[in-house]
Amino acid sequence: MSVAAASASELTRARVRSAWIFLTPMMIVLALVAGWPLIRTIYFAFTDANLSALDNTRFIGLANFLEYYEGEWYGLLVDPDWWNAVWNTIWFTVVSVALETVFGMIVALTLNTAFKGRGYLRAAILIPWAIPTIVSAKMWGWMLHDQFGILNEILMGIGIISQPIAWTASPDTAMWAVIMVDVWKTTPFMALLILAGLQILPTDCYEAAKVDGIHPVRVFFKVTLPLIRPALVVALIFRGLDALRIFDLIYVLTSNSRETMTMSVYARQQLVDFQEVGYGSAASTMLFMIIAVLVVLTLTVGKVRLGEDAK
Amino acid sequence: MSAKRFIGRIAFWALLIAIAVFAVFPFYYAILSSFRSGSQLFTASILPGHIDFRNYISVFTEQPFGRNILNSVVVAFTVVAISLFLGLTAAYALGRVQFAGRGLLLLTILSVSMFPQVAVLSGMFELIRTLGIYNSLPGLILSNLILTLPFTVWVLTTFMRELPKELEEAAYVDGASPWTVVSRIFMPLMWPAMVTTGLLAFIAAWNEFLFALTFTLSAEQRTVPVAIALLSGASQFELPWGNIMAASVIVTVPVVVLVLIFQRRIVSGLTAGAVKG
Repeated sequence: MSVAAASASELTRARVRSAWIFLTPMMIVLALVAGWPLIRTIYFAFTDANLSALDNTRFIGLANFLEYYEGEWYGLLVDPDWWNAVWNTIWFTVVSVALETVFGMIVALTLNTAFKGRGYLRAAILIPWAIPTIVSAKMWGWMLHDQFGILNEILMGIGIISQPIAWTASPDTAMWAVIMVDVWKTTPFMALLILAGLQILPTDCYEAAKVDGIHPVRVFFKVTLPLIRPALVVALIFRGLDALRIFDLIYVLTSNSRETMTMSVYARQQLVDFQEVGYGSAASTMLFMIIAVLVVLTLTVGKVRLGEDAK
Repeated sequence: MSAKRFIGRIAFWALLIAIAVFAVFPFYYAILSSFRSGSQLFTASILPGHIDFRNYISVFTEQPFGRNILNSVVVAFTVVAISLFLGLTAAYALGRVQFAGRGLLLLTILSVSMFPQVAVLSGMFELIRTLGIYNSLPGLILSNLILTLPFTVWVLTTFMRELPKELEEAAYVDGASPWTVVSRIFMPLMWPAMVTTGLLAFIAAWNEFLFALTFTLSAEQRTVPVAIALLSGASQFELPWGNIMAASVIVTVPVVVLVLIFQRRIVSGLTAGAVKG
């Protein structure tokens, strides 16, 4: 027995050793492409770095964030454009994720019922997900075109609007145009995640509810929703964190418009267009901190346990 | 059949049609527009008409779009190959071996996949310039790894955990090395998972925009998303919508076809990446 135990523990030790050897290349690459650039970005946030002369930077403490100079406050924390970007991001995230959840739920419940051609519908809803974001932005930009867009044509044809709307350029509609395209593009993802949750539900409680003659809407709120809550929460977190960093869609659909500028768009504008690497890095560090805090909160509150079920 | 049930059925089918139209119409309309040029493009009709290939020709002649496609293909395939290789070996360690610090490591990898890209933008810019790979494909391959690698490791780990425990034990008892176990036992079993993960990583790299926009300078080094976003015509006041739609259709059709062929696998991959997290 002791010989067997000794050889078993020797085997375990050998496996752990090889596990680290297998992990090392991945960890080196990850440190190079994620760890190091992140550390440098946070460092730049405390300097006056400029894109044209990155080597020649000076440490300036918190001045990019907040600085008092000759009776005036300067820095990111008192920049109205930054706060505008923060509120735009929050508004975009809350509205688009809420709409995607509701529509995703409707699509998932539909796909969960048996009907002829279900496979085709599932294939159809995968199309928006498969289309590159830039392509969706351009496709919708064309459909929303103020002069030649099909959407104005249709809405005017059925008499909802009397004159063309400049969807992406007008301050009143620009954010709604962005939200509409995002909802179109990511509802499939929500629907598929919710559908996966629906498909593992036990069927017996539904049969019981049917026998008792309970209204389907009541069944949905009393049985289905509580049962798929874990899957729904995970999908919401993933989508929410994704929406907070949105860049591509807005950059292409409405470019640097103030009405739709999000934190990522703001940070890149400072970094690249204005060459203010220090100030832009301060903005991206703030975005990173916000997302990091949300991730930590989620992991603690949601008690997501990792690695416990491993064999 | 009661009237109430009849109305219910009609409403259900109306819902199905609404979902299908909403999902498919924008792409359908892009295809229609790509075959229209001149004044036809501005008629805004939802019915197909005369088919005109002029946009498809001019998109290749007015800018190096063929080169852009090649760039995207090279970047995406290289990134997928590197991610899958590093991901498979790491997933074996994370999914099959119990060791101290594994939970923390998984947590770190998950956190990296939640990074906002812009949070590493200036650091990545400096790194790429220092390595001398600014405005070149290696720079894009390097930066794309931050998107695909954590995701690949995460999804492959969840797949790896589901395989039965007895698999490698017999091989170890027979004296096989860990590398033999991974390459001879897990690789053949994991290939469906690798196809799924590889496809998802490919789509992520194919669609990547922020890095490709920031780390390239010349039109010849651009990838497809940047080329489409910056497509401009002879006049700077009106965008060449016909060319843009043609370019969009060219780069989207292969992806849509792949996704439709592998739809079951993709759905399982997406849910493995999220639901089980």
